[in-house]
Amino acid sequence: MNTIQKLHKENLKTTLPQFGVGDTVKVDVLIVEGDKERTQAFSGTVIARKGCGIAENITVRRVLHGQGVERIFPLHSPRIAKIEVVKRGRVRRAKLYYLRGLVGKASRVEDAANQQV
Amino acid sequence: MKGLIGKKLGMTQVYDKNGTLNPVTVIEAGPCKVTALRTAEKDGYSAIQIAYGTRKIKNVTKAVRGHVKAAGLEDTPPQFIREVRLDEDPTAAVGETLTAGIFADSEYVDVVGISKGKGFQGVVKRHHFAGGLASHGGGWIRRGGSNGMKARPGRVIKGHRMAGHMGVDRVTVQNLQVVQVRNEENLIFIRGSVPGPIGATVMVCAARKK
Repeated sequence: MNTIQKLHKENLKTTLPQFGVGDTVKVDVLIVEGDKERTQAFSGTVIARKGCGIAENITVRRVLHGQGVERIFPLHSPRIAKIEVVKRGRVRRAKLYYLRGLVGKASRVEDAANQQV
Repeated sequence: MKGLIGKKLGMTQVYDKNGTLNPVTVIEAGPCKVTALRTAEKDGYSAIQIAYGTRKIKNVTKAVRGHVKAAGLEDTPPQFIREVRLDEDPTAAVGETLTAGIFADSEYVDVVGISKGKGFQGVVKRHHFAGGLASHGGGWIRRGGSNGMKARPGRVIKGHRMAGHMGVDRVTVQNLQVVQVRNEENLIFIRGSVPGPIGATVMVCAARKK
């Protein structure tokens, strides 16, 4: 293992849950308010998971007051306190960018629990 | 002013204490031995000469072995010997070892390296010419245009920018910030990119213009 790989390894989080595109997640982000720190939650559907290793990030989308909001989180950032999987989704795409064009019931992702085998 | 010779190990990303992601180049810098001193009184300028790496004894001339004898490197002759210019006469002694610890976090440095070879390149890549129109009946897309006048002067003026070999030049990148120093592993993390391929020898000096 070379030095660069070693450096990657020491910064990787080992406690991340297993999740993928289509899942609904709750991300706890540390934010600074004045001189205090607190966590702020952002939950939504994972529509993309990009990069690998220390550079890996996810795009989380949700609709707030009829307005689509997307946030990109670097998975291994110390600012991300916790990621919690709320629901598993069944999808047939690696990137769910098509959800941006859909509204209402059509923009839901099918629950993996309801999957017909 | 101070400097070290080192090896570029590659790039990665590190988070600082605020959680900001920094793109960094990791350089294995030093340890370097001081092999000679240059003083304003004796040489007309101030500098230290430092040595890095090792070569086999059979590959080194006796002159080089003799030169580094004072620094105790006669049996492990260095691969690179370079001078680092100083503002004042050096305080270091011959034979002293310099390590990555001479640099501190968030200090600014200049990095000197040999850029990656690009081969024979046209004027658009080599000199940033605009080229011609891609559409509207272009037909003259990545060419350089006129080389000059006709009978007077009847030649191409020296220094005229044309296609040719690009890369493998000595390149200095100024005012890069040191993000982290790990003295025991001889590693310096520098924000941004530095010239040359992975494994290339680079020189890290204190920034001249900061």
